[in-house]
Amino acid sequence: MNGGSQFAWSSRVLHWLMAVALLSMLLIGMGMVTSLGQYQLLVAIHRPLGMLILVLAVIRLVNRQLKRPPPFLATMSARERVLATASERLMYALMLLLPLVGWAMLSAARLPVRLGPLVLPPIAPHSQALYTVLRRSHTVLAYLLFFTFMAHLSAVLFHSLVLRDGLLRRMLPWTARARGLSGKEPDASDRAP
Amino acid sequence: MGARLALVAAIVLSVGAGFLYVAGWLSPQRLTPARLIDTFERINGPHPGFRRNHAKGVSISGYFEANGAGVRLSKASVFRAGRVPVVGRFALAGGMPYAADSAATVRSMALRFSLPNGEEWRTGMNNIPVFVVRTPEAFNEQLKAMAPDPASKKPNPESVKAFLATHPETARAIGLIKAQAASSGFEDSTFNSLNAFLLSDAAGRVTPVRWSMVPEQRPVPVALPVAGSGPAPVANFLFDALIARLERGPLRWQLVLVLGQPGDPTSDATLPWPENRERVEVGTLTIDHIEGEATGAARTINFDPLVLPNGIAGSDDPLLSARSAAYSQSFTRRSSEPVARSAVTTHAGEKVSEP
Repeated sequence: MNGGSQFAWSSRVLHWLMAVALLSMLLIGMGMVTSLGQYQLLVAIHRPLGMLILVLAVIRLVNRQLKRPPPFLATMSARERVLATASERLMYALMLLLPLVGWAMLSAARLPVRLGPLVLPPIAPHSQALYTVLRRSHTVLAYLLFFTFMAHLSAVLFHSLVLRDGLLRRMLPWTARARGLSGKEPDASDRAP
Repeated sequence: MGARLALVAAIVLSVGAGFLYVAGWLSPQRLTPARLIDTFERINGPHPGFRRNHAKGVSISGYFEANGAGVRLSKASVFRAGRVPVVGRFALAGGMPYAADSAATVRSMALRFSLPNGEEWRTGMNNIPVFVVRTPEAFNEQLKAMAPDPASKKPNPESVKAFLATHPETARAIGLIKAQAASSGFEDSTFNSLNAFLLSDAAGRVTPVRWSMVPEQRPVPVALPVAGSGPAPVANFLFDALIARLERGPLRWQLVLVLGQPGDPTSDATLPWPENRERVEVGTLTIDHIEGEATGAARTINFDPLVLPNGIAGSDDPLLSARSAAYSQSFTRRSSEPVARSAVTTHAGEKVSEP
């Protein structure tokens, strides 16, 4: 058996929705702060998409408590498992924190966040000093998310293309049967935390 | 194994390069909000704590009383009959916060209307009929071409000529600006949105619009002090006159919506719309309070022209997007800097210590 069982259906759907949203968001955010001509359009997408990510992140966090992930593959060393767990926690933290810091930063500058006819209430006091801290944090956290994503991508590609252990199959949005190539048996006794 | 490892590396590197490209790391020539604001800082010198453009100003407040005539054009709550509070700022164009007032300098009025349910309308208007450039790139070029030479303190005539030769729209716009009737100060100036916006009514019908704040104060066509003739004018003569005028009573402007018709340019602020376009008076702005920037509420406001209520939207004018981006950059930079004392102070502003 190669790659073992897949993640729960809800986990896989949420993973790919979030992947599309976060990657779009990183591209939009990086493009937005360096563009004069597309700023208007990109900001108009960035703010509502940020709120959507916040909602999705909360749903994902709840789903994570309800649906246990499948066990780690035997191809992952003990150190790699620790790293995988830490990066998963970091990404959950960032997908919750980044929208909240963005919202708080606009609140501190007293720039209204409008979603159609609705204006979100400010969640931070009016302060230019606080705005400065939050604005910088937003950038630092966004780059941290970017580098965490790059590490995640590298690890999944390494497993799927070099080790060919079927790691990616576990997260595919469709039901994919395990195909026996050269993968090792999953270590069923070692469950993810 | 080696080939597959190389494939992984190639995928990861191209994804990374894609992100860096979007973030502008691979195109150092692209004009970004940061580089546009850098141009202001290079030309005007460092003035920490101040706006990078329209640096010299004063805080104002009052209210806007809508007459309801705008409701048929836009569902924005600001047009419903009634009164909403307004905080704003009068300023002079340019990035020098301590420059002496000059009749030739463009005057601006920036406003923030506080609307029900947390909505806001922010607008920054100038006392010129059209803007001098069409794009942010042209604006950046114009700033550099018309920057004063360090030795002569005047723009280099050669670079000005070269810029105007490649930007005939700027030469045309300057002609229109020079042709407009003179006003004596802030109080009798008409302030224009310059950029076009889109109004949408309850049925979803969209109308292109430009707006103007037309003074109730009669224009006083006085001979303004001109540099080099007669005694040197007082450094803040325009602001001093405004403060003195407001001590005698409130000032009023009519908000006039100028309705565009199909074919009227919405993406080119250098082009005027035909004179005969329908003009709708939608309400009266009353300014009854003026205060130095140390204590006035305007200092911490970014008058981003794209902070709009539901019912008003930005147009396809590239300057609107660029203004929003550049104002944000200017706001972010000055927010992290210590607050310096503004040139214009008022009685109220001097009594209270800075935060």
